[in-house]
Amino acid sequence: MSGMATATQVKRPAGYKPGVGTRGVRTANLVILSVLAVLFLIPFYLILRNALATDAEITAPEWMWFPSSPSWENLPNLFNDPAVPMLRSLLNSAIVAVATTVGTLFLCTTAGYGLARIPYRHADKVFYLVLATLMIPGAVTFVPSFVMVSSLGWISDFRGLIIPTLFNGFVAFLCRQYFLGFPKELEEAARVDGLGYWGSFWRIVVPNSGNFLAAIAVITFVGAWNSFLWPLVIGRSPESWTVQVALSTFLTAQTVSLSQLFMAALVAILPLVFVFLFLQRFLVQGVAQTGLKG
Amino acid sequence: MAVSAPAADTERAGTGDQRPRPRRSGRLRTSLAFWAFVGPFLAGLMVFTLVPVVWSAYLSLFDATNTVTPLPEDFVGFGNYADMLTDRAFQDSLITFSVFAAFIVPLTFACSLGLALMLNQLRFMRAFFRSVFFLPFACSYVVASLVWKMSIFSGVRYGLMNSILDLFGIEDVAWLFSPDPPWYWLVIVSLRLWIQCGFYMILFIAALQQIPQHLYEAAYVDGAKPGRQTFWHITLPQLRATAVAVLMLILIAAYQAFDEFVNLIGNQAYARPPLAYLYYTALGTQQDLGRGSAGALILALLIAIVTLLQGRFLGFGNKEGR
Repeated sequence: MSGMATATQVKRPAGYKPGVGTRGVRTANLVILSVLAVLFLIPFYLILRNALATDAEITAPEWMWFPSSPSWENLPNLFNDPAVPMLRSLLNSAIVAVATTVGTLFLCTTAGYGLARIPYRHADKVFYLVLATLMIPGAVTFVPSFVMVSSLGWISDFRGLIIPTLFNGFVAFLCRQYFLGFPKELEEAARVDGLGYWGSFWRIVVPNSGNFLAAIAVITFVGAWNSFLWPLVIGRSPESWTVQVALSTFLTAQTVSLSQLFMAALVAILPLVFVFLFLQRFLVQGVAQTGLKG
Repeated sequence: MAVSAPAADTERAGTGDQRPRPRRSGRLRTSLAFWAFVGPFLAGLMVFTLVPVVWSAYLSLFDATNTVTPLPEDFVGFGNYADMLTDRAFQDSLITFSVFAAFIVPLTFACSLGLALMLNQLRFMRAFFRSVFFLPFACSYVVASLVWKMSIFSGVRYGLMNSILDLFGIEDVAWLFSPDPPWYWLVIVSLRLWIQCGFYMILFIAALQQIPQHLYEAAYVDGAKPGRQTFWHITLPQLRATAVAVLMLILIAAYQAFDEFVNLIGNQAYARPPLAYLYYTALGTQQDLGRGSAGALILALLIAIVTLLQGRFLGFGNKEGR
């Protein structure tokens, strides 16, 4: 974006650059975008409002903009309620999301690098095999995968929650596309210095792919934290619920009060909102490098 | 083989080994390195994707209720397939999906492209708007369903939408639980739109910033009008590869629709996508894994056909087009 701003200084008519419309167009855009931004933020506002209100305030016939005295006690009440395994499910989600991210990143980047860079005779055949599995959408395989995992005895178990989700063909594909575009000269220099594939991957390629790896990591983490179908299938006992399964159960069984429900939702999204706010810049740059740009 | 052999040679040349064919030990070392990198991933992919699909195909030929190792006498041939294909509820779920896709695919595409174009014309506050539109992507479908169901589209009068309708003196609407008129589509589609748009917007912004500036300058010299003409003749053609990829991603995500349907509506026949139906068939009280497997394979086949047709139609994988 900043590069574009410097390029604008050449005499150029308005309306020819992304970034420079006529004054009228820009004002109209600003107005429309502001309205949309308010609409997009409403759900977040509602979560916060309801989480800090009492049930009577939420269900009052008069619309309430914000509780006059925020009910902060909703937070300790949520965690102290023995009927609600909130702490346990948050912990489960954290373990699953971290392990999934680390595992996926390791397996998929090495596989993507191997497919992109190592001149093995049958590499293209292996790549077509990976592509073929991409044709099977992950969610359709949940019945067969459940069959597999239950015969391994991994139901309601971290192994069942984590391991089957690590071998993500799509992420491996993105990694391969990215490594194909990685400057070859850097690796050749490393090769001359006597590094093998393994050495040049870890010492040259990985340290120079920060944005890309950060983007893949954040997307994997968000996906794992927010995943619902697989944890629902595998997490049969309440001790193995992730936070999404717990929230869904509270929502459908209506066992908790409204304000508690929204406090639980607030607690569930906070970690990710922080991840987004702080890592957004890397994420945006990284997504641009994932090879989807064509 | 023919493709990879020359590549191996240039690789050799880079290391200073000038021989046209790699030595036997060198080739072995390359194979070993390849399998060290790709082997663990590939093994896992086999065990957790391909083997289950094959196993599931086997199960689909049996009356496998509550078991993953059916007895030989429970063999029913293609009975489960015939069952699923003539099952009214399964057909309804495919119709539900088609309606959903007809709404969500064009809407998500248009909204994310529109947002990207508008953002790209701004001079300031770009990062702010980008963050705001991208933030919902951090929200899970479960959390969004909770807000949509219990607060925005709550059927009782304290819900946000009903409060707004109340200002205009309109009666409360039971958004989710009145199949006629089908207001539940508004709830479901707006929810997914809210979560997804920002992500695809980012992909479009990245692509917009890759368009070479000189194209716009050349167009100006040639007398093209800014705005509509440059959009149709420069911006859109330059976005083609990204647009095709985004369309595929939106469609694939739509096939996987499950979370919001189950959390908003539950197991109701009028809005139950295929995955939800399969979930309740295979893992509900009956645990009918035979029919569930048959349904999953029918669905996988349908998806593969549609993806291939779409690829043909849009020229995906066409190297020149990219």
